[in-house]
Formats: sequence, structure tokens, C-alpha cells
Amino acid sequence: MKEFLEGSRAVAEIVKLCQPAVISAYPITPQTHIVEELAQFVANGELKSQFINVESEHSAASVVLGASATGVRVYTATSSQGLIYMSEVLFNIAGMRLPLVLTCANRALSAPINIWNDQQDSVSLRDSGWLQFYVEDVQETADFHLIAYRLAEDKSIMLPVMVNMDGFILTHGIETVDIPAQEQVNAFLPAYKPLYKLDPEDPVSMGLLADPDYYMETRYAIQETMKTALALIPKVAAEFSKVFGRSYNGLIEEYRTKDAERVIVAMGSVCGTIKEVVDELRVKGRKVGLLKITCLRPLPAQQICEALKNIPKIAVIDRALSLGSFAPLVSEIKAVFFGKNKKPQVISSFIAGLGGRDITKDSIREVFRLLTAKERTCEFIDLKPELLQENYG
Amino acid sequence: MDRQLFAPGHTACAGCGQSMAARLVIEAAGPNTIVVNNTGCLEVFSTKYPESAWGVPWIHSLFENAAAVASGIEGALKYLGKKDSINVIAQAGDGGTADIGLQALSGMLERGHDILYVCYDNEAYMNTGIQRSGLTPFDSNTTTSPVGSVSSGNIRNKKPMPEIANAHGIPYVATATAGYPQDLQRKVKKAISIKGPKYIQVHVPCPLGWRHEPVLTVEVAKLAVETGLYPLIEYENGVLIGRRQIKPKPVEEYLKVQGRFKHLLNNPEELKKIQEIADININKYNLRVESQDNK
Amino acid sequence: MFGPLIGKPATTRKNKTGSWRIESRPKFLQKNCIACKICLLVCPEGCITGNEKNTFTCDYNYCKGCGNCAAICPKQDIEMIKEDAKE
Repeated sequence: MKEFLEGSRAVAEIVKLCQPAVISAYPITPQTHIVEELAQFVANGELKSQFINVESEHSAASVVLGASATGVRVYTATSSQGLIYMSEVLFNIAGMRLPLVLTCANRALSAPINIWNDQQDSVSLRDSGWLQFYVEDVQETADFHLIAYRLAEDKSIMLPVMVNMDGFILTHGIETVDIPAQEQVNAFLPAYKPLYKLDPEDPVSMGLLADPDYYMETRYAIQETMKTALALIPKVAAEFSKVFGRSYNGLIEEYRTKDAERVIVAMGSVCGTIKEVVDELRVKGRKVGLLKITCLRPLPAQQICEALKNIPKIAVIDRALSLGSFAPLVSEIKAVFFGKNKKPQVISSFIAGLGGRDITKDSIREVFRLLTAKERTCEFIDLKPELLQENYG
Repeated sequence: MDRQLFAPGHTACAGCGQSMAARLVIEAAGPNTIVVNNTGCLEVFSTKYPESAWGVPWIHSLFENAAAVASGIEGALKYLGKKDSINVIAQAGDGGTADIGLQALSGMLERGHDILYVCYDNEAYMNTGIQRSGLTPFDSNTTTSPVGSVSSGNIRNKKPMPEIANAHGIPYVATATAGYPQDLQRKVKKAISIKGPKYIQVHVPCPLGWRHEPVLTVEVAKLAVETGLYPLIEYENGVLIGRRQIKPKPVEEYLKVQGRFKHLLNNPEELKKIQEIADININKYNLRVESQDNK
Repeated sequence: MFGPLIGKPATTRKNKTGSWRIESRPKFLQKNCIACKICLLVCPEGCITGNEKNTFTCDYNYCKGCGNCAAICPKQDIEMIKEDAKE
């Protein structure tokens, strides 16, 4: 049913339909509304979950780890500092092959403390073994939570999934969203059947010490599972389309890239803005396009290659940094093409929208303008040079 | 042996007090128990892949989060309607409880989960090589509170974990020791029968870290109690309802059998300070045997 | 899939830690035993079995020779003998 909902509310509605057994989270702006809505559902008896208010994000992740190990569906959400604080547990969950869905309301990392949107938090955890999706709007946010549970709990995957939504922009933005009916969700998402669980009827030990004779193979296994996920995600997206009527590739979205001469590569809500600028420029006869990366982990290298190999000029917009080196997303895009015969002539790197600085249509136009034969490295968009004059001491 | 809840073949040191206590705890709790373990000696020596000593469902996550992981397990069991028939035990060493694990423990106690928390107190970070923790006693020689020309060891008293647990308003708090195995099992059984969060702190000598012969483990544990340095107490709903009374022995009897305290034997000033700690305990908990008979 | 390293119950039993003993092992005299079971309780390996008086013994495949059983037996009915003793 189509409703006009705040993004956070849409997430809560979808999670309610997934009926997790245990929900545990710690408040952090801008994730708070998601968990508050869920708490209200539980208080009204609409959602029969165990709602556990914890004393920190580290414990929130630990609580859902324990519940998942007991063989039930779980949910948590966080942001920024919370995500980094629980990062030890996140690596642990992936390593233990426990399915879990976590919503990250992307927010900048302290210091300086900043509660507004960029993608440094989740991008910094791309090594963790979690699957990672970046959604463009509230509808995608809702839909990808269903896809996330379906993937996480698949016996061939058994890895946790992070759904990344831009903080404030999507969490607090109000959009029209189609919230499915319970029957549809039940048709798409079967009940969770764990591979192993903590049960006195059939005792097992989990979380054992692995010495050098065993550790490496467990990591190889996750790497192999990521390949399985790459093949499975489009299939799951196709299943999703059958049940809900909305089509996703699941890994990327090619927007007017077929004959484009200049394409921007980006993740998240900025893609909506980029699409508008692409449309405007197309009217003026400019051959431009957008490649949206929906799935960062596993990295859809082959799909990216296919989509971009004939495009002469690529601009990658990173909303995160790897301070001291090339930005994260552009590094991966460049790595995809290294050694390939067909590849873009120019892959320029742009940094935009850190700490919640708006990426406007003008910003995107600027990116297209700066996307020339001269390759740019770490070009900051909308920087304020006058601030950089300040001296201390 | 039929279904063993904690099997031999693990790699604990000979005479390990924690190994004694861990087996006693799980045997008292029974097979319908899920155990959550923090990182530490117990976890490492009992579960090196591909083997596990545990005959009950058991999970290890990280160093500090057993109480939180257990909270999640308890929540899942409640959701499944199985909590009443399955016990949940979260266990950790002294470092994993009083230091790095304090936050998760406090949260679990405050939220009132039906979980028994067991702290195996060997008074230092033994698994990583005998470093000082918040439960390391005064003047103890550890690698990070070493004895030297300007130091006589650890400069702080033990963090009062039983009192801290008790201050959370939980139904049952007790101390126990590997020196009195039947008392430990009685307390575990009692705790399991109570709904809500429970805390039991078990004193477990470590022959390697405390520097005593393995054969003296039980003896050393008893001496800690008999000198008043490790009172055996029980609180129910905040009220002290039981303590093991003693005919107090001088603290030297306990200190002299352990290498970690041997620097004190020629140091009457420091000995006096430790005797004071024992005397405070004896008075505070009324540990001295009355002249009439006592049990 | 290899990965969630799962341990099956009591699989440590394949490690015969009795090989650790180099000095001494307990001899259960089975003469004055009162079946108090304290030896069974304190053994760190849990390898002592017994029920009635004078039926207690240990599994030497696992005994590490720590000697706590002999030390606490109220009837001195357990003796630590040399590991290479013939009995």
C-alpha cells in the first residue's frame, strides 16, 4: 500500500513485516526514529519482538549476535560512532557466519563531531565480511531490507547484511513508499532456518580458537561466499520483482549510460540528484549518464566493467576518504579496469558532501564540467578555501 | 562416561583452579544450559578448533561481551517460549568482568535478564601472561604491577565486584571458591533456581600466575578464605543472608605459599596493610566464629 | 561451507593429557575411603570416577598428576607415587 512516510518509519514498517524475534539498538542521531518506531510497535502489541534496550552499540551488536546464534531472526540499526564502536563485533558476526540485518544511517565520523550525512562510517567497514547495499530513496530503502534478510539467511550465504541509507536525507526525508502486505513478505521471505544454533537438544560450541592451521581457510570461505552472493543477488532481485512488481538489478543501476561520453559513478541518495542533472543535460544534447553502485560488497566488478568499458570519461564521486591515499570507491573502480583492454580513458576522482555538505545540482554540473581529458585526483567539490586560511598558534 | 558437560583432554595447566570451578559450575547447572564465555584461559584451553570440552551449547564472542551476548540468547529463548526450561550462564575471568566487561555486565544486571553470571577470579589477566587487573589484590606481583626497588607490587585494592553487582538490586550475589567445591555447587544450584540476574564470583588459584605448586591449589584457595582475605558471602535481594565463618589465620599463612607475595615476607609494614584488609573484611561481614558452635 | 568453526561436544577427549605426567600419579588405595567424593569434585580434569566406598579411581589417560586429590583426601587414601613406579 502506498503511503507518505518518513524514511525511518518505512524501515520500521518493513522490519515489522519481517518479524524479527529480537531487536536491540542504542540511540544515535540520525538512526533514532527507526528504533523509536519499532519500540512503539512492540509497545502496541503489533510486533511481538523482544526489544532489548542496551547500554552501548557494542552491546547492541552483541545482543543480536547472541540471539542470531540461538537461531532466530534479529535486527539492529546504528550510525557513525555507533557503527565504529561496534566494529569489533561486526567482524566477529561475519566471521561466525551469523545472519543479521543492520541499518546504517550514514553519518560522518568524529572528530570533529558532526551528525550529518556522509558515507565514511560504512565505507570504513568494507573489509569486514558484511554485504553492503547503498540505497537511493525511501522505496529502495524499504525494498532492500527485504532483500537483505533473504540474502543473509540463505544457506549458501550466512553472512550479515548492512543496508546503508543516507542520514537525515533518507532517514528524515518523507517520500511516497509502497509498503507491501504481510502475505507478500511471507511469499518472498521464508522463515529463518539456521545452519547451527545453541540448543541443549543438540549442543555445539561456537566461536572456537583457530590457530594458523585453520584461520586462513575460514577467511577464504567468506571470500568464496561473496562470489556466491554476486551470483545470487540478481536472482533474488528477480524473485523480488515477481512478488512486489519493482525491478532491481541488485548490484548496479545504469542510468542513460548506453551511449554516454561522460558518466558519474556514485552511491546513495546523491544518485537522485545526479539523475536530474543527467536528464537536464541530455535535453541539451550532452551525452551523460550515471552508474549507481547499489552493492558495494560484494563488489560487482564484472558488472561495473561491462557498464563502463566503452565510456571515455568517468567521474567517481566519493563521500568518504581514505586519508593519505586515493578515495575508496575510485580505487576500487580503477582496480576493476587495471589490465583490461577496454576501459575508460579517464577516471577522475571527486570528493563531495562530507559532513552533510549538500551536493546540489550545481555541484553535479561542476563535476561534469571538471570531467575532462585531464584526470583529477581527489578533487574536493564545494570546498571553502577561505576557511583554510585560519592559523593557529 | 555418558554425556559429559565439561570433558577432559583440555589444555588447562595441571592443578588449574579455574578448570576445577568451571566443571563444577556446569555440572551443577546441568545439561539444559547454554554457556557464554568471554575470551580468557578457560575459553582458550577448552575450545581450540576442532575440539571442544563442552557438552552443552557454548558460545564465545569477544573479550568483554559475554553478558550482552547472553542477554541476546535469553531474549531469543523468551521469544521462543523456552526460557523457563533452559538456563543461561555468562562467564568470564576477573579482567573480562571487572574491567573490560563491566559495561556489558552492568547493562545485563540493570535490565534484569534471567542469567547467571560467573566470574572466575584468578586475580590477574592470566591468559595474556599475568598482567594486573581491577581484581588483582594489593601488593600482588604481576607483570604490569611488578615488584621492584621502588614498588612492592599492585598499589590498589580489589574492585568490590560483589558489592557493585549487589548495588544493581539483583536477587542473588555470592562469592565462592575452588577450595570449597560443594559450597560452590550449592550456590550455583541456588542461583539457577532464582529468576533474574545472579552474580557469583569464584576465587580460583592459578598455580602459574600465583607461583605455587599445582598440588596446593585447593589448599591455597582455602587459606584465602581462612585468613579473611576472600570472604565467602551470600546476598539475597540486597541482604547479607550467609557467610562462611572462620577462625582467622594470620595473612602470612596465605601469602607465604605463593611466589607472587614472597616479597612481602620480610616487609612487616606491607604485611600489616594486608592484615588490615583481612581485618576489615572480618569485621564488615562478621566472619569470626562465635565461641558457641557454628555451621 | 567451511567457516563457522563449530565444535562438537566433548571432542577434547581425543587429547590424552595423561602424557603430561612426568613426576607422579595418584594411586587410589581403596582401603579407608569414605566416599566423600571430594577427590572427584576437585579434579581439574574431571577424570575421577566412583560411587561407593573404595571404588574411586581415575582415568590415567587424562590425569595430569597435579596431586590435589591426594592432598585433600580426608582419609589419606590417595597416594602420589612416582610416575615410573611399576604399580
